[in-house]
Amino acid sequence: MANTMQFDLVTPERKLASFPATEVQIPGADGDLTAMQGHAPLITSLRPGVLRATGADGYKSFVVSGGFAEVTGDGVAVLAERAVPIEEATGTIIDSMLDEARSLAAAALPEDKDAAMKLVHDIETLRGTVAI
Amino acid sequence: MPSLKDLKNRIGSVKSTRKITKAMQMVAAAKLRRAQDAAEAARPYAERMTAVMAGLAASVGSSSSAPRLLAGTGADKVHLLVVMTSERGLCGGFNSTIVRLARAQATSLLSRGKTVKILTVGKKGREQLRRDFGQYMIGHVDMAEVKRVGYVNAQGIAKDILSRFDAGEFDVATIFFNRFQSVISQIPTAQQIIPAVFEGEAKASTLYDYEPSEEGILADLLPRGVATQIFTALLENGASEQGARMSAMDNATRNAGDMIDRLTIVYNRSRQAAITKELIEIISGAEAL
Repeated sequence: MANTMQFDLVTPERKLASFPATEVQIPGADGDLTAMQGHAPLITSLRPGVLRATGADGYKSFVVSGGFAEVTGDGVAVLAERAVPIEEATGTIIDSMLDEARSLAAAALPEDKDAAMKLVHDIETLRGTVAI
Repeated sequence: MPSLKDLKNRIGSVKSTRKITKAMQMVAAAKLRRAQDAAEAARPYAERMTAVMAGLAASVGSSSSAPRLLAGTGADKVHLLVVMTSERGLCGGFNSTIVRLARAQATSLLSRGKTVKILTVGKKGREQLRRDFGQYMIGHVDMAEVKRVGYVNAQGIAKDILSRFDAGEFDVATIFFNRFQSVISQIPTAQQIIPAVFEGEAKASTLYDYEPSEEGILADLLPRGVATQIFTALLENGASEQGARMSAMDNATRNAGDMIDRLTIVYNRSRQAAITKELIEIISGAEAL
């Protein structure tokens, strides 16, 4: 029996997932990380990417962007500004995210330019992995 | 004394009024359920968000490097009042209660020599505030096209407010909305969103590691927090509006029913009186022969 922890994925509009998971891969702002039971308490902001939670019956993937994840020893709560199950993440959804990011990057102040461009790049990579 | 025909028409018109208010009540009831579900679904996010932000604010707040959204501009001169009302009427005192609260606040701020700016969301509030505070209004957000309040709407409003804040247009922002208590009770609420305040003391939670850094996350979260608070307010307002409309329409339906009963009695009396009168005329005519 693998050790499990509570995994919650919520967006402002609804609760997307809530089940016991053995491990959760989180696309953190400073790099991807995997949280398992007993992980040191951590709060990280998210970059757009794929979140994968492994439960008792296989894993579930979600495309997330914006927000943060709260990791404690016995649970992971992901608060994403936008999140969709990967099966529903069609090209259009990601394209709309991409357009948003591009317009943000275009309007960004010089000192924020790097971050904004990184965001665009992240979403482009994401678009590649989902590949529709 | 109205004629029999007038009374009949009157009863007919009140009956159709009752049908309309009854239908509106049922529509409001259905919408209320949906609005309540939406408010319910949004709660976990908002609660978690506030908890994390409160924790962060407690640890960062005292330092001088705290973001302006948390620490404020250092001044308390210009107040922005964001008044959220509905787009439609016929919902009892829903809009008036919000407007009354906002008006009281604006008046007290003005009397203390502060500058007031008003941003209205929803048509009804703007209409009611325009006469007294027209010169303070700096913007209006039209929600008429919005069928279902989504997070995007809140983001739009938050963006507008934040860009004004960054431009130094105001020091303190407060939102006005109705908090949904039950169908018969909605509580007009004023909530300060900039600089952020957190109710209650943040409990000493677990010590977290922060990636990238406490300040970084806080700077990222605060604007989102504003959007979340606005979103919550919009949802609460949506549920309150439907609740208020439901009880207002329920009252209207009941009043229409009472009126129909009263008019029917008057109608029957005058009909009987007319018959009696005709009979008397016939009988007295026959007797005279």
